[in-house]
Amino acid sequence: MSTGRGRGDEGTAGTSAREAILARMRRALEGAGEAPAAPREYRRALDPGTDAVALLVDRLEDYKANVHFGIESIPGALGEAARVVVPADLPGEWRLGAAEFIPDDGLSTEDLDGMDAVLTGCAAAVAVSGTIMLDAGAGQGRRAITLVPDHHVVALRRDRIVGHLAEALPMLDPVRPQTWISGPSATSDIELQRVEGVHGPRRLDVVILD
Amino acid sequence: MSTDAAANGPAVVPAASLIPADAPFPKAAKVALGMPQLRSNLAHATGTIRAKRANVVGELDDWERLRDAAAAIKADVQRRLPELAVEFERNATAAGARVHWARDAREANEIAARIVREAGAEEVVKVKSMATQEIELNEHFEAEGLKAFETDLAELIVQLAEDKPSHILVPAIHYNRDEIRDIFVQKLSRQKMGGDGVATGLTNDPAALAEAARLHLRRRFLSATAAVSGANFAVAETGSLVVVESEGNGRMCLTMPETLVSIVGIEKLLPSFGDLEVFMQLLPRSSTGERMNPYTSVWTGAREGDGPRNVHIVLLDNGRTDVLADEVGRQALSCIRCSACLNVCPVYERTGGHAYGHVYPGPIGAILAPQLEPGRHDDLPYASSLCGACYEVCPVKIDIPEVLVHLRQQGPHPAGERAAMGAARAVMARPRLWRTALRAARFGSAPWRRKGFMRRLPWPVSKTALSKWTASRDLPVPPQEHFRDWWKERER
Ligand code: SF4
Repeated sequence: MSTGRGRGDEGTAGTSAREAILARMRRALEGAGEAPAAPREYRRALDPGTDAVALLVDRLEDYKANVHFGIESIPGALGEAARVVVPADLPGEWRLGAAEFIPDDGLSTEDLDGMDAVLTGCAAAVAVSGTIMLDAGAGQGRRAITLVPDHHVVALRRDRIVGHLAEALPMLDPVRPQTWISGPSATSDIELQRVEGVHGPRRLDVVILD
Repeated sequence: MSTDAAANGPAVVPAASLIPADAPFPKAAKVALGMPQLRSNLAHATGTIRAKRANVVGELDDWERLRDAAAAIKADVQRRLPELAVEFERNATAAGARVHWARDAREANEIAARIVREAGAEEVVKVKSMATQEIELNEHFEAEGLKAFETDLAELIVQLAEDKPSHILVPAIHYNRDEIRDIFVQKLSRQKMGGDGVATGLTNDPAALAEAARLHLRRRFLSATAAVSGANFAVAETGSLVVVESEGNGRMCLTMPETLVSIVGIEKLLPSFGDLEVFMQLLPRSSTGERMNPYTSVWTGAREGDGPRNVHIVLLDNGRTDVLADEVGRQALSCIRCSACLNVCPVYERTGGHAYGHVYPGPIGAILAPQLEPGRHDDLPYASSLCGACYEVCPVKIDIPEVLVHLRQQGPHPAGERAAMGAARAVMARPRLWRTALRAARFGSAPWRRKGFMRRLPWPVSKTALSKWTASRDLPVPPQEHFRDWWKERER
């Protein structure tokens, strides 16, 4: 077949779109020198002596997340939830309280929609912005389980708490799917005021473990 | 279910429908300025966001250093665009994504529609995306018999109202809570949502309105087979895409369907994953005025058992390489679409977004639209008083006034105007003279003063086509102090 048109960008049309765009870029940049190296003088850590945990708690609560301390507070964080989905590899000692813990072995969307809550671990937390980071690593599960249930309880080990984003990024696996969470689902679309509770979990509880 | 107008509130007239299509800015602005509700909604919303932004920016003592880093990283990206695009393609492909290239809107739309159809889907859920608005993907899908459902609350409001977006971040910024309530009651009840129907008893409480959106979209999210998104960043080093959002509608679209198509402007590239430490501090604080937005999703190709299996990425040019070719104008490609420049712009605050006649309104639109579509928006570079507030807040330090003046010089002007603009540029280039001109505007504009507003801009700007529209409408009188002080005052 001589023209790739019918097969869209799969055929020669696509190859030519790619080549054409790259050629246009190169032409546009003719004579443009190299850009100087970016100055990176910004902060990468908190001032020594700053309590990252206290800062994180303040920032989480400011964005309407509930914060608890100690493994024994997990049942309280789960509240009334009767059916709680957990990643299959969630540590057994976190499964505390009266709730039924249902391991995710590829549950259907309908099954997930029937869960009262989800309990997971996380990869890192950033104090300055009150951000919990999941990267599909151990004890975190796939993305859908922390999205469909309306209540997310995160167990956060103290040694995963850092001050700045610059400290947290190296703790993440950059090529696994990540979700960074800063408070429960919210919107600022009505008169630019923040209102909690739209499509993601409307309740976020963080349990800080020693 | 009653759809009685008395019970449901007055029908909301889509603001965009009142502004003549393709009207030049002066004419469109005049229409918009005659809409008092629109102006008061805008003043209220932009006032709120300016205060929020000032608060969270004030918390960081390294804000200026973050801006310097961001501007330099983006300048470097522009210089290395061909190599970074190829690196991104290689890494995304290795991770299981299919990368496509689109020279223009038509190619991008055709690729997206073909992927959706091949996935056996007739409808898609959408994450808010400026790129898909720019290429009018929804309209193209409709013409092809495919349906695209906007899921961002503000986009949903605009789509239900059959209106057009008027702001980059909050496309429904021109509606207040009462109007949004009326739109929901009238449109959602009519759509026969079955058990999810929105009661006519809906109040104007933002929480109740958000709940209505949740009910309306939930079933659609959980059963969607295909989604379309844009991306805030594309990381060359890893082949990852990043979407920044608030509501969880983005997570729904990026996680639940089997097929995902992301339309990504080539300027969205970042060299490395670590660069997010700069941009993810600047973007949320500049856009919604939050320390961090509720949700950020990062994905790299496809991952077995987690999210979409068919992951497609369309790298979009659509005029961007033309912008790249302009040494002064190319800095517009650094834009991260935070909308801070809209929120501080005295012109935007008074005219709203529709008057600009382009998906990118406000100061960024005034420099981007004429470059993306040469010859079609030549009047937009005049839709500014060159007050400089946009540059002050821009997280990537785009010198918008500089580009405005540059573009004014390129437009089709009579020779006299060209000369006047040359003078303006000379003044702009020398801060002391510029300050003198501003002072002249403050103290010398008595004849133009009228209750704190002036009817015309003083020299050098009045010698330009700008006066054509300021002649018909008011502009705030330049403040008594330097605009930096004035800006600080506004932020309060
Ligand atoms: S030009 Fe700057 S301030 Fe305006 S939207 Fe773009 S990044 Fe934000």
